[in-house]
Amino acid sequence: MAITLNLPSVLAAHTGGARTIEATGRTLGEAVADVAARYPALAPRLRDKEGKPYPFVNFYLNDEDVRFRGGFAAPVQDGDEVTVIPAIAGG
Amino acid sequence: MPATIASPPLTARPLRCRSCGTERAAAPTAICEECLGPLEPVYEPGRPLPDRETIAGRAPSLWRYKEWLPFDGDPVWSLDTGFTPLVDAPALARRFGVARVWVKNDTVSHPSLSFKDRVVAAAINAAAAFGLDTIGCASTGNLANAVAAHAARAGLKAWIFIPDELEAGKVIGTSVYGARLVRVRGTYDDVNRLCAQVADRFGWGFANVNLRSYYGEGSKTVAYEIAEQLGWRLPTAVVAPMAGGSLLSKLGKGFGEFLEAKLVHGRSPRLYGAQAAGCAPIVRLVERGADAIAPEVPQTICRSLAIGNPADGVFAARAMRETGGWAAAVSDSELVAGIRFLAQDTGVFAETAGGVTAAGALALARAGRFDAQDEVVLCITGHGLKTVEAVHGAVPEAPVIAPRLREVTTLVEEERTWPSR
Repeated sequence: MAITLNLPSVLAAHTGGARTIEATGRTLGEAVADVAARYPALAPRLRDKEGKPYPFVNFYLNDEDVRFRGGFAAPVQDGDEVTVIPAIAGG
Repeated sequence: MPATIASPPLTARPLRCRSCGTERAAAPTAICEECLGPLEPVYEPGRPLPDRETIAGRAPSLWRYKEWLPFDGDPVWSLDTGFTPLVDAPALARRFGVARVWVKNDTVSHPSLSFKDRVVAAAINAAAAFGLDTIGCASTGNLANAVAAHAARAGLKAWIFIPDELEAGKVIGTSVYGARLVRVRGTYDDVNRLCAQVADRFGWGFANVNLRSYYGEGSKTVAYEIAEQLGWRLPTAVVAPMAGGSLLSKLGKGFGEFLEAKLVHGRSPRLYGAQAAGCAPIVRLVERGADAIAPEVPQTICRSLAIGNPADGVFAARAMRETGGWAAAVSDSELVAGIRFLAQDTGVFAETAGGVTAAGALALARAGRFDAQDEVVLCITGHGLKTVEAVHGAVPEAPVIAPRLREVTTLVEEERTWPSR
């Protein structure tokens, strides 16, 4: 399944400036693993050492916080859009 | 690129990551480039600090504590914000079964009637330091009012984003200042996510996004004022409302800085946080003893605290645990009762967050969290006229009469026979 991953500019530094990346996987976790394998410098800002979502970012699957959808276990489909947002904002 | 204004006369302090310790030059950014943790201003450790008399001789605004605010040079805007009254509340002390209670009354904060004036006073001076001509925010209402008011006075453009379903007072109380107000379909958390993307794209100074490191420091002035207004001493407990959790965390920092500066002595007050039960992710974090927020979809009339994914929730929980405090969640009917007993006991009319704080303090008292010797300060953070919808229908209807004395006489006679209200 091909999805699009949107990155904030603070993370685009780890992708050679690319802010939009195509990824494949059946779940969000698989798609993130695909991106992590291709962009090793970005990997530790998407997943922690245990493979869980990195605590200082939030993932949104088609604008919904993935923590309401099972986190990395959330299934993804062709054409889905995943947006990574730094967690420290607001309030 | 953001447009610029004339060369600013003040500079912002450099920043350090609260998580990994990486330092960087002052900038309109709130996130560490290394680890994405929160950046905080770095203060010069050996800087000259004022003594009590020097502070007491300064103008009655939050800038009397400027050595603990994140700028060098004099602030240029919002010089008259802060130093709100600390109101003695003996009836609340009796209600809670404690020695003393005071209300830190930010309902009369200048100019927009909530404690958000404090953080915006800091943010707008950061915007000046960086030469930004547009300021914005994601808001549940009070911050929207404050950004719009302060921007109007400073002559800055303002882009303000709020959830589409806010109280009329919060909406009108923003657009009246000429701000560009945008209502977003969804919750505050949707608005906040959008604003993170907007700030990243347009380079504006978003008070609680990319200016957040400077903005948050304004909250510390609540702690400084409490200490000074109590005669340079600390209460034993402070109760504050929690939305994003920043105020709780900054109260702890503020009291700690005054202890370190030896302006006050003793131990930091126990910090207690209150939320509405329909959106209480930080309370539940404290109760679970966990280290990560479980986000919630808010379902409460207390829109000003309706943040389901609080950025500072973990830090707020830590501040409560480290000081020996705790947290309380109250129902919507309890918060409405809280607004009413706060008004009737103290003469302070608070918005919904104040009802949560008052009712939360009562819940904590009933749960045995306070003792008879406690001296408690309630942080009441916004004015009740902003959220009249919450109490509409809960307060008695006023009778309508003809302008005749005998109709008043009838009312007075009825009053004599009524049970006490």
